[in-house]
Parts: sequence; C-alpha cells; structure tokens
Amino acid sequence: MRLEPRIASPAQTILYPVAAFAATFAFAALLVLLAGVSPLGVFRLVFLGAAGSQFALLETLTRATPLIFTGLAVTVAFRAKLWNIGAEAQLYIGAVVTVVLGTGAVAAPSWALVPLIALAAMLAGGLLLLGPALLKTRFGVDEVVTTLLLNFIVLLFVSLLLEGPLKDPMGLGWPQSQRVVAEAQWPRLVQGKRLHMGFAVAILAALAVWLMLARSVLGYEMRAVGHNAAAARFAGIPVNRVLALTALISGGLAALGGVAEVSGLKGNLTLDLSPGFGYTGIVVAMLALLHPLGVVASAIFVAGIFVGADAMSRAVGVPSYIAEVMTATALLTMGTAIVFTRYRIRWR
Amino acid sequence: MGQAAPVVLRLEGVTKRFGPLTANDAISFELRRGEVVALLGENGAGKTTLMSILFGHYLADAGRVEVEGRPLPPGDTRAALAAGLAMVHQHFTLADSMSVLENIALGTQPLWAPRLDRGRALARIREMSADFGLEVDPAARIADLSVGERQRVEILKALYREARVLILDEPTAVLTPQESEALFATLRRLVARGLAIIFISHKLGEVMAVSDRVLVLRAGRLVGERATADTDRHALAELMVGAEIPRPDIGPAQPGPMLVEMKGVTAGGLGPVDLALRGGEITGIAGVSGNGQAALAEVLSGTLAPQAGTLAIEGRAAGAWSPRAALAAGIARVPEDRHGVGVIGDMSVTENLVAEAYRAPAFSRRGWMKRPATRDFARRVIRDYEVKCPGPEAPARLLSGGNMQKLILGRALDGEPRIILASQPTRGLDVGAVAYVHARLLEARARGAAVLLISEDLDEIMALSDRIHVISRGRLSPPSARGELSIREIGARMAGLGFDHAA
Repeated sequence: MRLEPRIASPAQTILYPVAAFAATFAFAALLVLLAGVSPLGVFRLVFLGAAGSQFALLETLTRATPLIFTGLAVTVAFRAKLWNIGAEAQLYIGAVVTVVLGTGAVAAPSWALVPLIALAAMLAGGLLLLGPALLKTRFGVDEVVTTLLLNFIVLLFVSLLLEGPLKDPMGLGWPQSQRVVAEAQWPRLVQGKRLHMGFAVAILAALAVWLMLARSVLGYEMRAVGHNAAAARFAGIPVNRVLALTALISGGLAALGGVAEVSGLKGNLTLDLSPGFGYTGIVVAMLALLHPLGVVASAIFVAGIFVGADAMSRAVGVPSYIAEVMTATALLTMGTAIVFTRYRIRWR
Repeated sequence: MGQAAPVVLRLEGVTKRFGPLTANDAISFELRRGEVVALLGENGAGKTTLMSILFGHYLADAGRVEVEGRPLPPGDTRAALAAGLAMVHQHFTLADSMSVLENIALGTQPLWAPRLDRGRALARIREMSADFGLEVDPAARIADLSVGERQRVEILKALYREARVLILDEPTAVLTPQESEALFATLRRLVARGLAIIFISHKLGEVMAVSDRVLVLRAGRLVGERATADTDRHALAELMVGAEIPRPDIGPAQPGPMLVEMKGVTAGGLGPVDLALRGGEITGIAGVSGNGQAALAEVLSGTLAPQAGTLAIEGRAAGAWSPRAALAAGIARVPEDRHGVGVIGDMSVTENLVAEAYRAPAFSRRGWMKRPATRDFARRVIRDYEVKCPGPEAPARLLSGGNMQKLILGRALDGEPRIILASQPTRGLDVGAVAYVHARLLEARARGAAVLLISEDLDEIMALSDRIHVISRGRLSPPSARGELSIREIGARMAGLGFDHAA
C-alpha cells in the first residue's frame, strides 16, 4: 500500500467527510448492538435529547458555548503551529480572574464590570500561554509538553485557592468560591432558560477570529508562520513576535470561555467547572479543520452528542460514554478523510 | 563488451502518469553486462521517476522490468535489491555517527546475528577498495569524511551486496573535476569486472567521457539512443533540449559604485572572508557544495548575522542585521531552497508575492490587508514574469519549479533592487527556465545592479560572471576576471589548492 499526492475533486472533498461521519455512526451502532439495544432507537434518542425540544436545543447551545471558545483558542494557535494543549488551564485562569474581581472586590456598574473582568481574564489567559510560547521561541522547549503539564499545575493551583483564599465562608466547607455579584453576571439570552450571553459572544468571537485570520496583517503573518516558518522568517516576517501575539490571543479566547462559564452559567468557581472543555476544544477545532466558523458548527455537533447521550442513557441502558467514543471516532475518521482527499491510496 | 554480452536489465514500455503529466512514456531499453549506459536528460525529463519505478518506490501504470531474464515484481524495493540493483543517490544514505565498516555491513547480516563478523567484513572491504581504487579508511566515522569519500562508501556498499547493476544519480554534482576523474577510473574498472552501470547526468562532457552508450530522455520519452563513439556533444545537446537554445549575449561589464563590502566576515562555517560587489557586475561564487556557500547566502539575506567583521551596504555599515534590514537596504534575495524557504506552498501566489512587502502602505493599512491591491499586484507580476499558474489565488505548491522560481524572481526583482543575491538560482530547472533566470540576472546587471551568483554549476558561473571567487572550506579565493582562469584552474581551487587555509 502506498500514498500518492493528488488534488481532490470538489465532489471528493465533500464526499469523504460525509463518509467519515457515516463511519462514525456505523462504529457507534456496532457498540450499541453489542450492548443489546437497537442502534436506530439509540440515535433517535440522542437526537431528541440534543435537539428534540426547545429545552434540549438550548441546553446543547449552552454546552457548546465553552467549546466554541476553546475550539477557537486551539484554532488560532494551531494555525500558527503553536501547539496549545493548555486551553483547559487558560479557561480555569479566566474563571479565577472572574471570581477574584467579580465577587465584590471591584464595585462598578455592570456595563463597566463585565468588560473589565473579560479583559483582565483574557490578559491572564494570554500571559499563561505566553510563557510556553517564549520558552519555545527562546530555548526550543516543546510547547506540547509545557502547555499540557500547565493544565495540571493550574488545576492544583485552583484547588489551593478554593481551599484557601477564595473559599466561600458560607459554602459549608465545600471547595467552592463565593458567587459573583449581580453586576458581574452575564444576562440570559432566553428568559428562564440557561442559555446566556456567552453564546452570542462566542459567535462574535468566531466571526472576529475568521476576519482576523482571513483579512488582517496579523492573520496573514500567523498563517505564513504556521505553513512555513522558515519561509516566513526569510521573507522578513517577525516569527517570534507573531508567535507571542498568537499565544496572547489564543490564551485569551480560552480564558473568555472560563469567564462565560462562571459569569453566564455557574455563578461561582468549583473544581468541576470544566469537564475537559480545553481538551475537547482540540477535537472541536480539528473537526472544523481549523476554520473559525466551522468551529461553531463542530462545537454544536460535539455538544449535541454529549447532551443527547446523557438524555439517551437515562432512557435506555447504554452508558453516556458512547458520546466520548463517537467524538473520538469522528476525529479519527475525519483525519483519515483528510488523508484520502490529499492522497490517492494505491494497493499493489 | 559488445552485443554478445548478456542482457542484465530490460525495461519494456514502462509508463508512469501523474495526473495530466506523463513522467515516463513507454520507455524500453536494455542494459548489458560490462557497459556504462548514460541516461541523459534535462531536469524533469523523467530520469528520477524511471529509477524510482525500478526500485519500487513508484508503481508503473504500464510496462515491465526484467532482471537477468526474470521479471521484477513491481513496487517491491527488497526484490529490486535482492535482484542485484543498487543505487548511489545524490543525497547519500549513510549513518553519520557510524563507521565506514558498519555502514557497509548494515543490513547485510541477519538481525539476530549476535555481532558483526568484523574480520571477514574488513577483509572484503579492503580487497574491494584496492581492486577498484576506492580508497577509504574502514574505521573512520562517516561524519569525518569528505563528500568524495562518502560517495566511495556508497559504491562500496553496493559492491559489498554483490550488486550487478549500479545506478549513479548525478554522481559528479558534489565532486571537484579531479574527484570526478577518479570516479570515472573506478567505473571503468567496475565494468571490466562485469558490472553494468547506469550513469544519470545532464552534463554532456562527462557523459562523453564515461559511457559506452547514451539514452536521451526528453519530457518523459526516450528520444534517442546512440553509441557514444558515434556521436558528439552537439548532437546530444540537441537531442536533449529538442531545439537549439541560444546562449545569452553578454556585453562588457560597466562597473559601477561599490554596493556591498564585506571585510573579515565570519558566520556559521564561513570566513573570515572579504567580498566586494560592484554595481553593473555579476560576481560568481564557484565551489563544491557544502563549503560555506549557504552561510554566505544567509549573511547577505539577513537570516544570519555576521559573528565578526563588517558588512557595509552602499558605504553604510549595516546595523542590526535581519531579513527586514536586508530588504530595507535594497537587497533582493533568491534563496537556494525554493520549496522550503522561497515560497509558502500552502498559501496563494498572491500571498507569496507580497510576503516581503505586505507592510508597505500599498498592501496594508492599519493592520488590514488591502486585498484588491495585492491581487492587482500579483496579476501584474504574473504577467510581467510569465509565471504560469491557474490564477493569483492558486496555492503556490501547484507551480512547477520553474514557475516557482519566476514567482520568487518577480517578488525579488520587481522593485528594481540595487543588490541581488541569487543562490543556486537554476538548480533543478528546465532549460527554458534556466535561460529565463539568466536573462533576468543579466538585465539587472545591465541596469547597474550588483549581482552575487552562487552556484555549483561551474558552466553557469563561467558563462555569467564578470568576476569569479572560488569558495573552499569557508574561505574565498581572490577574484579572477572573466576568462582569466581555465575550468581546470578553477577546479584546482575548488579542491582547496591555492588557499591558505591555515591563515
């Protein structure tokens, strides 16, 4: 077996990703069959649980909100080939800044406090990624390792804060922060439902990232650095500066996801604020083929699978882990589909 | 020799297509014991593809290969090696940190053999070295060897495996003229012992010197087969190129002011060197690859700052040195590695064309790119520099080597720069593109630009340069004027003679 490069036809570039999704569902169906349940029934329940009612749909969009932020963070970084595996840590730092500033330390009206917290959190998240980026450009330290390990360090740091200085005195001893004040909260988008302003901000962020990558000087520089750093350097593009700015933007986007989760949804900071949004953001970004607008779609898809699988597992005896299996399978099949569009497979 | 010798390799109708391009079109030939067959053709004529099919790296769309009468299974590299085919690549495939002995014996013994039978291996290598004039110390580490010695190791490796067909891919590209002579002597001894050799080249002189028969490839087709004794360089050149290519007409130089002056510059394996470039002149740097050309090019490009010495551009000392500083000083750069450094393959032709100037007010404002302006610029350069491409938005990787080089030339030369660095500007290009690059460089010379031409193609250097320096082990020879030195004298300098390396 060998691979030969080729230029895929437009039909192939559509067909292969569609086939990837079909393969994902086929594989999940196989597992569901092994559990002794009808796959079609299960998929129907997953779909109804994700989009079968207004409540389900809003829940899916709520779940998609942090994934859009982390997905965008990963997209920006990966486009410049800065391998940011630390969106999880950056999201938590954003949440920490939110409760530090938003639980009464700063008294300001909502129109000032909300942007202030957002900007401060983005700066903190950006700086958290700037460290690994500088280590990479100055000393050649692999940022995959540093950003990945920072996730654990930051989570332990958050744990320390929640057991110490940020611990809610009224929290009955639970490791949780105080709730943010009303002025720091993000409004709900639908009265009485959980969907909040964060979703709208996420959509705007996706548009902004798309515009930046496609049209701005910085976006041009980032793409050039990502596609061929040696050629970019030769042409006079300041590669290290571009990577530093990329880190600030990427870390900032992930941190904004943390702000949205605390200010828009949870109200306070706990150690289970994120069930791995930072890592799932990588899946979201890869499924979107690193396109910022595609991130919105793929985040909603992934969130829908998770929300739908939760609902489904309550109704029939198939564990909701099927959602993890499906997103992981989708990633693998999509990766394979990309190889198929770029290369012709020859069997001898 | 002669027609009586048995056929060791037979190709029949070998055809290979890559999309619309036919890289090999129904190629058939025979190779007999004890002969050297030269495979002559321009870059891109299909020589490399043909050899890749032989070794199973590619699958032919049609045709068959026989070795000593037995069909060779397609797409099976191991089978090709087992059948006695061996290839010496342009880029050697040796393990740098291992000894000559280990490299030669590597892969010839079963994996589960407890240890190398050094004594036997050593004896065989010594014997082969002596028999064929392949002088090399079996205990030396590859990293310590010269390029010529490494090539000998590659040939020994093939002989150790009892190769019956030896394929040499442009073996002289990395050798001095004297080393090439030694190689040819070795090849004659090898064929005398019954080996068959395919000698891939596009240099007519050596093809005439070393081969018994010449096969000429052009645009994927076998366009001619001649006994070397019955042909001459001129006839072969016409076969290879298809039409007479006019030599550029070079008038006398009109030396202008001193535009670049390097004094005692050292940087990454280069120097200390003194170099002066005048307007209206092409200064050529001849030398065997890996003698400091890359560092010299990098210094002038701005990607490498001098560690010591002074660099003055138009009389002013260069300050903090970077690619941007070099561009701002008016230096146009054509890099050696087109694919890796010259263009960003996954970005569009337009985006590549503005890569050095995107910050100029013409192309961006307040952090946003002016897309219509960049596209108009790209359209104009594509037209002016005859870049053949599907359009300004097509990814640059779709361009052929020649068109990629035209893109780079367009980007570098469009602003009529005063100083031009062209590093290996025609390597791997077809004749038409070579002529185009030469014409553009001569045009720049005519309008008073200083051109530094770094090339491993001695003919190119001799044809274009008003002054020639030879580079050897990071040092530059004193300049010689056009026609002052013969090709042999330059070859001697390339081998390091006449240099004071101790200084």
